[in-house]
Amino acid sequence: MSSIGTGYDLSASQFSPDGRVFQVEYAQKAVDNSSTAIAVKGKDGVVIGVEKLVMSKLHESTSNRRILNIDRHIGMTMAGLLADARQIASTAKEECSSYRSLFGGPIPLKYLTDRVSMFMHAYTLYSVYRPFGCSIILGSYEADGPYLYMVEPSGVSWGYHACAIGKARLAAKTELEKLKPQELTCQELVKEVANILHIVHDEVKDKEFVLEMSWVGEVTGGKHEFVPEEMVADAERQVKAAMEESSGSEDEEDL
Amino acid sequence: MENGVPAPFWRDGPTPGSLYQFPGRTSAKVPIRERTQQPIVMGTSVLGVKFSGGVMIAADTLGSYGSLARFRSISRLLRVNDETVIAASGDYADFQFVKELIEQKVLDDELLVDSHSYSPSSVFSWLTRVLYYRRTRMNPLWNTYLVAGVHEGESFLGQVDLLGVAYESPTLATGYGAYMAQPLLRDAYEKNPA
Repeated sequence: MSSIGTGYDLSASQFSPDGRVFQVEYAQKAVDNSSTAIAVKGKDGVVIGVEKLVMSKLHESTSNRRILNIDRHIGMTMAGLLADARQIASTAKEECSSYRSLFGGPIPLKYLTDRVSMFMHAYTLYSVYRPFGCSIILGSYEADGPYLYMVEPSGVSWGYHACAIGKARLAAKTELEKLKPQELTCQELVKEVANILHIVHDEVKDKEFVLEMSWVGEVTGGKHEFVPEEMVADAERQVKAAMEESSGSEDEEDL
Repeated sequence: MENGVPAPFWRDGPTPGSLYQFPGRTSAKVPIRERTQQPIVMGTSVLGVKFSGGVMIAADTLGSYGSLARFRSISRLLRVNDETVIAASGDYADFQFVKELIEQKVLDDELLVDSHSYSPSSVFSWLTRVLYYRRTRMNPLWNTYLVAGVHEGESFLGQVDLLGVAYESPTLATGYGAYMAQPLLRDAYEKNPA
């Protein structure tokens, strides 16, 4: 169980005696309670997939996007407090715009990630602010290939071949480790991502979910776009068919 | 001679290096650095005409440096989005500045993926606001723009200049074109309205 930081968790400007900043750790909890988002860097692009839980039948399924465009070649998804993440997206867009204005071209994802990390980190230094309660996944396709980064509430960022955030991240990571993403194309990854999200979705606790997927790579000419609906629907049908087959064969074994 | 600094040659007179404020001035202080500039590399006329089926604008590819034909292959047209195109005459550097502003605006809009984009009249309205604002600051963008496009089947053609004067018309021409081309365009248009 998590330790209680009694007395040392009142503000982000306090350390605990064992060297932890509890507010930042609590922010990470907000991420871990959110629905899952995964991203995979393939050989010619990045595919992002999000499990968007349907909170109410009255919600329009296409509203409240979890995947955002930051620049033409950069896509972002998040887990945690979504309103916090949209603020980060807004700042990230400004960074892209200022880089383009100053240097005359699209920002390399490496630099944008640094800027986003520094921004998120700044909010972990002062008692007057709280840290951002979200993790950010950034993916792009540039002249020298695809890039994938993830920034945590502490401001730490890493480059990934594949990453997962949210409630099912551990199960998702296990599935992702079975893949060899560097050998797969974007089209193949779309099926894999759809598959993994269906596998790790908890049908008991959370009812329905909508699968939102996006990609950026050779296949889109370097432009970050939503995966065409038919392709997503297709991938989901294949996944469900495969699941029924495997559950069907289990029944036969019982007999 | 005090403290090693030579005494000034005169009192109450002009100080070298600054503009002398004559005594007895009653009017309010005018800022000494006025920013109304002069255009340097310039583009000449741009023409525009509506026809049945749409609208067309045309410009040559010359950037003149006074009387020197300095840049012989520059584009004075800018595709804003699927529905709109603008063209500029006047200072080319100011056009390049506006080009960057518009391109970033359009990109920011596209990133929202909401199947909405700026219509030609929206672009025209925005450009007018920007140009008039700069005029009020006495720091104009020294251009005359033509904005053209088709939105939901309707053609649009408008002109706005460095003073912020904006109007729409079925035929338009800036610069010398207003004297030489506009009569021809109007004649052709009136004989055969779109």
